[in-house]
Amino acid sequence: MTTNGKLVHLKIRRQDGPSSDSYVEEFEVPYRPSMNIISALMEIRKNPVNKDGKETSPVQWESVCLEEVCGACSILVNGKPRQACSTLIDSLEQPIHLAPLKTFSCERDLIVNRKQMFDALMKVKAWIDIDGTHDLGPGPRLAEEDRQWAYELSKCMTCGLCFEACPNVNDRSTFIGPAPLSQVRLFNTHPTGKMQASKRLESIMIEGGITSCGNSGNCAEVCPKEIPLTHSIAAMNKSTTAYSFKRFFVK
Amino acid sequence: MKSDRTFFWRKLHSISGLIPIGVFLFVHFAINYTAFYGAETYNQAAAMMGSLPFRYAMEIGIIFIPLLFHGIYGIYIAREAKNNISAYKYEKNWYFYFQRVSGILVFLFLVWHVGTTRIPAAFGAEVNFDMVASLVANPVYLFFYIVGILMTTYHFSNGFRTMLITWGITVNRKSQNFGKVIGVILFIVLSGIGLTAIFAFVS
Ligand code: HEM
Repeated sequence: MTTNGKLVHLKIRRQDGPSSDSYVEEFEVPYRPSMNIISALMEIRKNPVNKDGKETSPVQWESVCLEEVCGACSILVNGKPRQACSTLIDSLEQPIHLAPLKTFSCERDLIVNRKQMFDALMKVKAWIDIDGTHDLGPGPRLAEEDRQWAYELSKCMTCGLCFEACPNVNDRSTFIGPAPLSQVRLFNTHPTGKMQASKRLESIMIEGGITSCGNSGNCAEVCPKEIPLTHSIAAMNKSTTAYSFKRFFVK
Repeated sequence: MKSDRTFFWRKLHSISGLIPIGVFLFVHFAINYTAFYGAETYNQAAAMMGSLPFRYAMEIGIIFIPLLFHGIYGIYIAREAKNNISAYKYEKNWYFYFQRVSGILVFLFLVWHVGTTRIPAAFGAEVNFDMVASLVANPVYLFFYIVGILMTTYHFSNGFRTMLITWGITVNRKSQNFGKVIGVILFIVLSGIGLTAIFAFVS
């Protein structure tokens, strides 16, 4: 494909290492129709020369699937948290500002450390316990009616955009974040997962758990998979409230 | 894990905004509204409130302690947020941001409000129509009242909407939209009552 001389102007916030200072470097790469952010970054990798014509180190980023299901290429594009793979150059105003997500610590350039999200998934037991060493036969089935909406929740790819947009996820707060709360709803809906429902509920009924949600609703606005996070959190408010009464009066 | 009482305290904070503080707000606004019918009606209503049995116990248990708890814990909660309205200009993010701003302004307003009514009363001044009328004769103080009233009605109305979510009552889109409609109606009605009342003291 020809480039007919058109260029894409990028302003990228870079950082050489976890404890280095950040700086902005500008690039101009040849334009092709239907480019996404990743293909623009690949152009820089091919020819790591900045806008001033100086040779530089290629910009580092993370990506795996290139089809918006892995969640690895989350970055800030013109200040908005996006997936670099599904964000098309044609849909953006230039110059295009790229920066690493701010909620997570920066490893290098556009790569951040997303460990806190995986830790949160561990905390809320976002998995289904298997039965043991012997075969217990098939588990109970999920009603089709529930499968349909539960499937939507299962699209979560732990990309971290909801963490980035949530005003209550920051270094002043212990909030475990929106996505893990929705995962509790997902695994507590699964007929086998339900058997550990109270454990999961207890795991979000502590400091930094569900009560740290302030209903800003930003999570659902920025979710690239359009997961109804705010409704999941409300559903978990209902479950935890009911469970707290049960725990006090009955259990 | 057992000794972590965050869930309990956060739920108590949430419900305290409605019971007793929200209920008190309704009673307080209703009494204030009697000023619309004239000084005499207002003085009667105020005197009636003043002569209720167990008055001090009720004032402390239903008003002061819950307000201090909700207000101080509320400031602590508000401090946990890193407001990001400039990057995320979504409707509910505005509500979120404003819930925190209004809470802090209500706190400041209440310190001033108690300081100019109850504190003089404790030193023997009579709480009546003239006391409020002489306050709002000063346009700066009238402005304090208008802002204080609007911040309180916003905070309560939006708080009512989020409380329905906090307790898992409004879960899906439809009910959460309904919650917002209730919030908007509460805000309009309460603001109307509150502002009508304060302007009744302006001569
Ligand atoms: C005195 C100063 C006050 C401060 C600093 C304050 C602060 C706050 C904050 C930060 C929240 C959000 C809590 C959250 O997201 O979990 C909140 C919620 C609320 N406040 Fe206040 N508030 C104050 C006074 C009041 C008053 C006077 C009322 C009632 C008339 C009230 C009623 C509510 C209600 C109903 C909620 C909603 C609770 C929920 O979402 O679960 N607050 N307050």
